[in-house]
Amino acid sequence: MMERSFTRRLTAGLVPAVPYLWLGLFFLVPFLIVLKISLSDPAVAQPPYKPVFEWSDIAGFLSGLDLENFELLTQDDLYFRATLSSVRIAAISTLLLLLVGFPIAYGMARAPERYRSLLVALVILPFWTSFLIRIYAWVAILKPEGLLTQALMGIGLISEPLDILNTETAVYIGIVYAYLPFMVLPLYATLEKMDDALLEAALDLGSTPWRSFWTITVPLAMPGIIAGSLLCFIPAVGEFVIPDLLGGSETLMIGRQLWSEFFSNRDWPLASAVAILLLIILVVPIVIYRDVEARRLEARP
Amino acid sequence: MRRAFAPWSNPDAKPLIRFDNVTKRFGDAMAVDHLSLNIFEGEFFCLLGPSGCGKTTLMRMLAGFETPSEGMISLAGQSLAGVPPYRRPVNMMFQSYALFPHMSVEKNIAFGLKQDGMPKDQIAERVGEMLRLVQLEKLARRYPSQLSGGQRQRVALARALAKKPKVLLLDEPLGALDKKLREETQFELMDIQHELHMTFVVVTHDQEEAMTMADRIAVMDHGRIVQVATPGEIYEQPKTRFIAEFVGDVNILEGHVQGQENGLWRVKTASADVPLTIDDPDEVLHSGQAVAIAVRPEKMVIQRDPPGPNALNVLTGEVWDIGYLGDWTVYRVRLATGEILRVTRANASRFVENPIDWDEQVYVTFAPDAAVILAE
Repeated sequence: MMERSFTRRLTAGLVPAVPYLWLGLFFLVPFLIVLKISLSDPAVAQPPYKPVFEWSDIAGFLSGLDLENFELLTQDDLYFRATLSSVRIAAISTLLLLLVGFPIAYGMARAPERYRSLLVALVILPFWTSFLIRIYAWVAILKPEGLLTQALMGIGLISEPLDILNTETAVYIGIVYAYLPFMVLPLYATLEKMDDALLEAALDLGSTPWRSFWTITVPLAMPGIIAGSLLCFIPAVGEFVIPDLLGGSETLMIGRQLWSEFFSNRDWPLASAVAILLLIILVVPIVIYRDVEARRLEARP
Repeated sequence: MRRAFAPWSNPDAKPLIRFDNVTKRFGDAMAVDHLSLNIFEGEFFCLLGPSGCGKTTLMRMLAGFETPSEGMISLAGQSLAGVPPYRRPVNMMFQSYALFPHMSVEKNIAFGLKQDGMPKDQIAERVGEMLRLVQLEKLARRYPSQLSGGQRQRVALARALAKKPKVLLLDEPLGALDKKLREETQFELMDIQHELHMTFVVVTHDQEEAMTMADRIAVMDHGRIVQVATPGEIYEQPKTRFIAEFVGDVNILEGHVQGQENGLWRVKTASADVPLTIDDPDEVLHSGQAVAIAVRPEKMVIQRDPPGPNALNVLTGEVWDIGYLGDWTVYRVRLATGEILRVTRANASRFVENPIDWDEQVYVTFAPDAAVILAE
């Protein structure tokens, strides 16, 4: 009996601790390391920064840390422009995703019940292939002699090859394609729960289908709209692969800047500072989301 | 006062709603089958029937959510064909209430008025009026999730009434309420309908509800109307065995017509030694025809002593079950044939000396005009 209650108490204490343990190990510790590196100076050494932490000289270690890298971020407007451009591209992509994803999710939620799980499976299906390969496939589609040009010229819609690879348009196409499931699934989840009788009631009370959509469907889908938008916006801001493969050298995004600081310039401290900056940008919408969620739950017990 | 109202028996009266040979098919299934029906202005009309009889489909066609496969529906002389739900002067109270969860009570009630572009101050006035009508003034700012079932029902009613529709449709309006509340609300609905002089069309499967509230009841079965009549007629002169059994309790005795004597039908049954005598002059029957005799339990008399030698319609059996309901006592009497009769007796006095007991031999009688003959 004693043993059993002890194990029970142990599990009761351990289970809630697991997520914290996970976050501590895989988020907090790496974050602290990155934060430390961002306060260091670059060095031609292994590791490529100094000071390196040593138990014997903690005072010397601490005095070696400074905010130089962050100062550089504010002085060189490249980082500011990259940040702005990332947020803009992510915001426009999120809007496009909403425009494309809402009709899909709506159609899925209105489909006969026996087809719905099949449709959900189809939305998730692209995940069976690697993300990277699918983006490379878009290179083949979008390049000037690619499939899209061939098809459009074939039906006589255009006479000149399309030149959209290595432009921002290609980045939008790539992001909308790759992130669509993250938009569709939360939207579908809220729309599917909606009672059809509500729309009928709105129609019955004299509201046209179009007005009913805006006064009933959209407000009730709001939790899904917010969740889907954040699920797309947050990773899109830091996106690296899509702008790198489809966007060409012109497309400025903070994720690519981070990559080039790390691997081209081998300036780990500056790259870490960029990473911290990115994190700060992304914390804002997450906090907003949490606030909105909390208020929504409070309003409707 | 209300009973003077009977436009359906006036041949010159123009119906408000007309169903003209309306059929609705869902694939192969026939939900409504060549149905014609007139409903008059100011009527409290009930569509009564078991689930799947087509009553809800009929109502949804009137609201505009379904289109008839054949036939025509008209409202105040205008055909409703091609008129979308949001342009019909008809409002509906949904079975699930369908209150908008993201709007407060007053916003819910104001919703329909807003669609009409009514000025704000008039909307506020009308919403206030509706809230008073359903006695919810204090809950105007609550959300539907913060209301009880009965309160939600009132909000749904107020919302549907707010636009003063020509016709109010109510889909199982009391289905989600408990028994006590249901009874109260029945009378409230009748008062409101009377006060507003509106036409109410109610769909229900609950015969008690239909009997209490309706001016007329249409009993439906398999997509057809079996009988349209006042509650009294439906109960006392049911046209078919289905209606007799669906509305209220009934005892059915099967037999064959022997003939007519002095305008009374003689029917031979296995249940009684002597042919039964039934006063149902409107029936046209022929000798040897198989018929069912329907007698309501309260129209049968149960007694211990043998009735006189001239008594008609005497059945003998033993008491199988006694159910005491307070206002009534229900006796279940088993005849020699194995049939069980249900006989009720009003408990008119508080004390009965030597009451009829279980397993006692009893006589059950009924008057010739207490029974109805239903052709099989």
